[in-house]
Amino acid sequence: MEKNFICILCPRGCRIKVDDEGTITGNFCKRGIGYVQTEMTAPTRVVTSTVRTIYKEIPRISVKTDIPIPKGLIMDVMQKINEAVIDKPMAIGDIIIENILDTGSNIVLTKPCLK
Amino acid sequence: MNKEIIVIGGGASGLAAAIAAKEEGRDILLIEKESKLGGILNQCIHNGFGLEVFKEEYTGPEYANKYVQKFHESKIDFLLDTTVLHIDKIENGFEIILSSKVTGMKKVTCQSIIMSTGCYERTRGSISIPGDRPYGVITAGSAQRYLNIDGYMIGKKVFILGSGDIGLIMARRMYLEGAEVLGVAELMPYSNGLTRNIVQCLNDYNIPLYLSHTVTEIHGNDDNRLESIVIQEVNQSYQPIPGTEREFSVDTLLLSIGLVPDITLMDNLDVEHDLKTKSVKVNQAYETSVPGLFICGNSLQVHDLVDNVSMESERAGKCASEFVLAKKIESNESIKIKAGNNLLFVTPHYVDFAWASRETVIQFRSTSKIEKALLTVSQGDKELLSKRKSFIVPAEMETFTLDMNQIEKGSDILVNLEVL
Ligand SMILES: Cc1cc2nc3c(=O)[nH]c(=O)nc-3n(C[C@H](O)[C@H](O)[C@H](O)COP(=O)(O)OP(=O)(O)OC[C@H]3O[C@@H](n4cnc5c(N)ncnc54)[C@H](O)[C@@H]3O)c2cc1C
Ligand code: SF4
Repeated sequence: MEKNFICILCPRGCRIKVDDEGTITGNFCKRGIGYVQTEMTAPTRVVTSTVRTIYKEIPRISVKTDIPIPKGLIMDVMQKINEAVIDKPMAIGDIIIENILDTGSNIVLTKPCLK
Repeated sequence: MNKEIIVIGGGASGLAAAIAAKEEGRDILLIEKESKLGGILNQCIHNGFGLEVFKEEYTGPEYANKYVQKFHESKIDFLLDTTVLHIDKIENGFEIILSSKVTGMKKVTCQSIIMSTGCYERTRGSISIPGDRPYGVITAGSAQRYLNIDGYMIGKKVFILGSGDIGLIMARRMYLEGAEVLGVAELMPYSNGLTRNIVQCLNDYNIPLYLSHTVTEIHGNDDNRLESIVIQEVNQSYQPIPGTEREFSVDTLLLSIGLVPDITLMDNLDVEHDLKTKSVKVNQAYETSVPGLFICGNSLQVHDLVDNVSMESERAGKCASEFVLAKKIESNESIKIKAGNNLLFVTPHYVDFAWASRETVIQFRSTSKIEKALLTVSQGDKELLSKRKSFIVPAEMETFTLDMNQIEKGSDILVNLEVL
């Protein structure tokens, strides 16, 4: 089956087609090929969200996966993030969940929490 | 209190402007009405900030933090939880009235002001949707703040009107937090958001985008809570087409229908306005028609990339410093920069020869999507610049620099975009 992609690596946003034989067309530059190849084999995304804290004046602190995680795991990662609670002062970049779901990615703070 | 420069607003723009002016040795006070520096970036927890300035992709709070740290290291005076209420032009400068819970009302004076008050969101009042006025209709930016800062979800079944970036980002955010996001309706035949946001926020989660559609009815239940909306396709003159109605049962309608520069503080000042940017006109030093009053960031023009905000504000900060040092830079002679074909607006609006030593960085947006274009800049018969451009869209602001040595006094400068 023919597959369609929109490359998001630059503002041009090329509409790229991949046919049954795997021929890639529609990309303006070479980077589009790499993009489509990862999208087809193992698409990944950085997930950003917030974690609850025990502090009334700052109920949430923003976090992210420090490297992109497999797209298929996004909702599972979200669930883990929603179970976490920050109960001590932490700095920006500090790890709140290590190696989440064995992806090799850590959940790190993107905002300082009282520190 | 008397200061050389007062910066109003401590978002990306105010921080960069203050740091730049401080580097030149100025005595500065920055005033911020919230309890935290960083502005809108604090609630933009997604990534995609800083590729230009830091060559790395950061989230909004991380980007803000870089500047907040530098701001504190520069030892610049600042006031939080303090709102500027009024500005008056006085001899040799300005008088500012500010208010805070702690100190009450206070007057301060300064030689120069940098306005970096950001922008506000258009609300339901600025478009007309017939029907009830129930709870549950809220701007996307407010919803973003409730969710990302205060930590509560405002709804479980969501529809979004307007495909601006905030709406797209919130579609994904609410989906990830477990809401059902039923779709995004956009009046125009193209999206108003960045392409990458369409792909990463909508396509990734199979959230439908209804182009050339708008919300035509809003229904509340007996408790005055939103219950359902009706969307309809529009024709080329944006009129709803009968028979295309589609009803969605929702508890939340997010509005992402545009941002407007916040220049209310300038209401009583004799500034020249630009109806296109909905802000004021400036010269290449980001100085308004009131000498010593500078403006930058989203209060000058709504930006899609924070990197451009930081760079623009840095230039404005340097110029405000130069203004203070020169005491008063006499307006020499200025020429207009005009927006030609296919351009929504161009900033700055003037090249002022009193600021001839400053580079002129031109920013513009196109009126429509253009695949291949020729950008030309001319002064009278003389061509200053001619450049091929590919893929220009209204959602993305374009930037280029003019060589001041080529510009002469006399006729206006025309920036033009031709479709190839
Ligand atoms: C939802 C959203 C998503 C975005 N996504 C991206 C992205 O992915 N990548 C990217 O690069 N850019 C993005 N941007 C753009 C960029 O973040 C903004 O353009 C930039 O942060 C604006 O900075 P600013 O300082 O001009 O405005 P603001 O951050 O709004 O700062 C203005 C400050 O002025 C204060 N203020 C206003 N009036 C007064 C007063 N009277 N007295 C005292 N203080 C006052 C306000 O409290 C505020 O803190 C996004 C913007 C938004 C809104
Ligand atoms: S293929 Fe190349 S030109 Fe096209 S969007 Fe991707 S990076 Fe940009």
